[in-house]
Amino acid sequence: MNVSLTNLEACLALLAAWGGIGLAGMLRPRSLRFAGRTLFPLGALCGIAIAVGAAMHLGAPPESAVLPFGLPGMPFHVRLDALSSVFLFLLGSVSAAISVFSAGYFRQGEGTMPGLLCLEYHAFLASMGLVLLADDAYSFMVAWETMALSSYFLVTTQHRIPEIRAAGFLYLLIAHIGALAILLSFGVLQGGTWQFTFDAMRAAHLDPAWASVAFCLALFGFGAKAGLVPLHVWLPEAHPAAPSPVSALMSGVMLKTAVYGVLRVTFDLLGTQQWWWGLVALGIGLLSAFYGVIFAAVQIDMKRLLAWSSIENIGIVFTGVGLTIVFKGAGLVQLAALALIATLYHCLNHAYMKSLLFLGTGSVLHATGERNLGRLGGLIHSMPWVAWLTLIGALAIAGLPPLNGFVSEWLLLQAFLFAGDIPHTFVNMLLPVGAAVVALCTALAGYVMVKFYGVIFLGQRREAALSSAKDAGVSERLGMGVLALGCLVLGLVPSQVIRLLDAAARELLQIPEGHWGAQWWLLAPSATRHASYGPLALFALLLLTLLLAAYGVRLLYRRRVRRSAPWDCGFAAMDARMQDTAEGFGQPIRHIFEPFFLMTRELPGAHDQHPVYRVTVGDRIWRLLYLPLARATHATANLVAHLQQGRISTYLTYSFVTLLLLLAFVL
Amino acid sequence: MTPLSAATQLLEVVSATLAAPIFLGWVNQCRAWLQNRTAPSVLQPYYGLRKLLHKDAVLAENASPLFRAAPYVVFGTMVVAAAIIPSMGTGLPMSAAADGIALVGLLATARVFLSLAAMDVGTAFGSLGARREMMVGFLAEPALLMILFVAALISGTTSLPLIAEGLSSHALGLYPSLAFTAVAFVLVLLAENARIPIDNPSTHLELTMIHEAMLLEYSARHLALMEWAAALKLFNYACIGFALFVPWGAGNEAAGPLGLLLAVPLLALKLIVAGAVLALIETLSAKLRVFRAPEFLATAFLLAVLGLLVHLLLGA
Repeated sequence: MNVSLTNLEACLALLAAWGGIGLAGMLRPRSLRFAGRTLFPLGALCGIAIAVGAAMHLGAPPESAVLPFGLPGMPFHVRLDALSSVFLFLLGSVSAAISVFSAGYFRQGEGTMPGLLCLEYHAFLASMGLVLLADDAYSFMVAWETMALSSYFLVTTQHRIPEIRAAGFLYLLIAHIGALAILLSFGVLQGGTWQFTFDAMRAAHLDPAWASVAFCLALFGFGAKAGLVPLHVWLPEAHPAAPSPVSALMSGVMLKTAVYGVLRVTFDLLGTQQWWWGLVALGIGLLSAFYGVIFAAVQIDMKRLLAWSSIENIGIVFTGVGLTIVFKGAGLVQLAALALIATLYHCLNHAYMKSLLFLGTGSVLHATGERNLGRLGGLIHSMPWVAWLTLIGALAIAGLPPLNGFVSEWLLLQAFLFAGDIPHTFVNMLLPVGAAVVALCTALAGYVMVKFYGVIFLGQRREAALSSAKDAGVSERLGMGVLALGCLVLGLVPSQVIRLLDAAARELLQIPEGHWGAQWWLLAPSATRHASYGPLALFALLLLTLLLAAYGVRLLYRRRVRRSAPWDCGFAAMDARMQDTAEGFGQPIRHIFEPFFLMTRELPGAHDQHPVYRVTVGDRIWRLLYLPLARATHATANLVAHLQQGRISTYLTYSFVTLLLLLAFVL
Repeated sequence: MTPLSAATQLLEVVSATLAAPIFLGWVNQCRAWLQNRTAPSVLQPYYGLRKLLHKDAVLAENASPLFRAAPYVVFGTMVVAAAIIPSMGTGLPMSAAADGIALVGLLATARVFLSLAAMDVGTAFGSLGARREMMVGFLAEPALLMILFVAALISGTTSLPLIAEGLSSHALGLYPSLAFTAVAFVLVLLAENARIPIDNPSTHLELTMIHEAMLLEYSARHLALMEWAAALKLFNYACIGFALFVPWGAGNEAAGPLGLLLAVPLLALKLIVAGAVLALIETLSAKLRVFRAPEFLATAFLLAVLGLLVHLLLGA
C-alpha cells in the first residue's frame, strides 16, 4: 500500500475492491468453489482492512474528497469523520466474520447462482460502506438505493418460493417509502440554497419549524429502514426469508446504517436540536423495544424470533438517541455524550451478538432443515460447537455481565439516572419511567433468550432425525468464533472501547474530552457521582470462585458420577413431546400481555376424533394500519382505473387537456 | 485498598458463604414454631449439605456439560454477589467493579443458568419450572432495579456501599419514597427466593412448585451447590434489604477495626429479626395460584416506580 494514501482513499479503494470481488464472481457464476474458497475469504480480508483503517482514523481530523464521477455538475462528495469511522469499523469487522462464515455456508442449487449471489453480497457491503462515507445527498441516496436493491435480491435468493417473494416485496415497498421520506428530508435540509452537499446543509440555518419537519422526515425514513414500530412489519418477514448470513448482515449491520443516518442528520446536518425531538425518538424507541420483545417471546420460528428481538434492540438504540437529544437540547452536553456513547456501544454490541445468533440459526438450519422451534431440541449433543458459541451470543443479548450486552445497558441506565438534572420538571419525571421500561425489556430479553436457547439446543430431540445433525464446518465455526470473541472483548474492556467511541461523541456534540475514569480496567462515566463497573475484575473474581468451588468439592469428596435415566419424579414413560414447547414457553407472555396480541385460538370440540389445539399470534398493527392502507390504495387505484378506457381517442383528449392546462399555467 | 478494607472484603465473602445456611435454618425453625411443629435444629441445612456431599452423583443420560457446570456458575455468582453487598462494612474494594446494576445483572445470570440447566434434561417438570422461574424473574428483576434506583437517586450513586453510607448518615426514620420501595422489596424478596405466596420451598407438589421443579434432576454435590446457592441468595437479599432500609451500624474506614467487630453481632441481630419476620409473613399468607404471580409482582414493580416518582416529587 502506498504510504501517501490517506485513510479515506484507502477505505474507498477497499470498497472498490469489494465491488471488484463481486464482479469477479460473475466470471464463473456457477462455481461454488470459486466463490466460497476464493472470493468470500478475499471479501473478509477487505473487511478486516476497512475495520483497521477506520479504527486508526478515530480521533484524527475528518478527511473529505470529491470523486471524479457522478452526474454532470454533481460529483460524488465523500468524507470520513469519527462517526463514519465507528460505523465503518462495525461494518468491516462484522462483515469479515460473516464473510468467513459464508465461505462455508452456501450450498449448490439453492436459488440464485453462487456467482450472482457473490455479486449481490459484495455490492451490498460496498453500498453500505458508501452510505457511511457519502457527503452529499445525491451520492447518499444512490448508495442507499443500491443497498436496498442488493439486499432485496439477497432476501429473495430462494425466489422460487412464493412466501419469500412476498416478503421481499414488502421489504422493498417499505424501504422505498422510507427512502422517499429521506429524500424529502434532504430537500428540506438544503434550506433554499439548492446545494445538496452536506457542507451546504450544515451551513444552512433552518428556522425551528422547518428543522422539526426535517427531523421528523428523517426519523420516519430511517425508522422504516431500522424497523421502528409501526414501520417494523417487514423485519419479521424478510429475516426468515433471507439466507442466514444475509439476515446477519441485515440485522447486524444494515439496521445500523439507519441509526447512522439519524445521528448524521440530527447532530451533524441540523445544527441545533430541540429537546422535544428527543422525547419523540425516546417514545418510539421504548415502544419498539417493548413491542419487539413481547412478540419475540411468543414466536415459534427461530429466525422470526431473532427478527423481533432486533426490533427490540433497535428500540433501545433509539431510546439512547432520544435521550441524547433531550440532554443536548437541555444543554447538558456531558450527559448527552454519555447517552450517545451508550447508543453507539449498543449498536456495536448488537451487531456482534445478533450476527452471531443469526449465523448459529443458519448452521442449525443447514444441519436439520428446520426453522420451527417445535421440531428442534437437544442439539447441544450433536452440534457442540454451534451450541456453545451461540450460548455466548444468547447470554450477551440477554444483558448478563460480564458480556457486552450488559455494558451498553449499564451505560444507558446510568444516563437515565442522571435525568434528574434536566431543568424541565415534566421531563425528569417522565424519564425514570423510561428507565423502568428499559429494565423490563432487558429482563424480558433474558426470557426470550432462555426460550430460544433452551428449546433449540437443550432438552430432548423433538424429532428422531435430529440425532444425525452434523456440526458446522471449520469456516462456519471460525466466523462464529470471531463474533463470540468480539462479544467477550467488548464486554471485558469497555473503557478501551469507549475511548474510541468518545472521539465520535466529542466530534458530533462538539465538546471537549469526557471523563472516563482513571484506571484502565474501570468504567466510571462521571466524576461527580460514584458509579463504576469493572468487568475484568468481576470476571476474574467469578472465575476464581468457580475454580475454588470446583476444587473444594473435588478435594473433599471423591465420589463417582453415575448416569441413569432421568428421574422426573419417578415418571418412567417420559418422551420428548412432554417437554415444554416454544408455544408453551411463550404462554405466560401471551397471558400477561394479552391486549397487545391478536390471537386466534383453535380449540377442539368434545367429540373430535383428532383434536387440534392451535393458537396463532398476529400483529395488531398489521390489522389496524396496514390493511386499511392497502384497501385505501386499492380503492384509489380502482378510481384512477376509470381513466383507462382503452380507446386511443380518449387518451389523445387527455393529452390535449393536459397541454391546455399547462399552457394556461405558463401564460 | 487498605488492609482494613481487604479484611472487610474477605470477612464478608467467607462469613456470608458459611453463614448463609444457618439463616435459612433459622427461618425454617421460626416457621416450624409458628406452625406448632417441632422445629428442626438451625443447623439442619448443614446436615443436609453434608449428606448430599457424601453421596454418589446421578446424572441423567442426556445431561450435557451445561447441566454439570450450572451449579458451579450459580454458586459462584451468588458468592460474587455477596462480595459486593455491604453487610458488615462499607469499605469493599470489589464494589468498585460492580455496582447495584451489576448486582441485578449477576442475579439474572444465576437465574438464566439455573433455567437453562432445568431445560437441559428435557423433562416436563424441568422446563415447566424454567418457564415459571423466568416469568417470575422478568417481573422481579426490573422491580429490584427500580428499588435500587430510588436509593441511588437519594444518595447520588449506584455503588451499594456508598448508598448504604449515604442512607445511614440520615437520621432514624424512612424517606417517604423508601417506604414504598420497602414494601416492593419485601414482595420481590418473597418471589425471588421461592417463598410463600409465590412458591413453597417445602413442597413437592408438581402443580405449584417453581424452584424445586428446576432442581429435580440434580443430586448429590450438584444439588448441594444449588441448595447452598439458594440459601446464599436469601442471605444476599436480606443484606440488600439491610443496606437499603436499615443501613445503620455497618463498619467503615472511620470506625476502624472495632467498628467492623461491632458490625458482626449487629448483623446477626438484624438477621435474627428479619428471619422471624420472614417466617411470620410466610405463615400468615396463603400460596397464590401461579397465574396470580404476575399480579403480585406487577404490584411490586409499580410500587417501586411509585417510590421513584414520590422521590422526584418530594425530592426525598
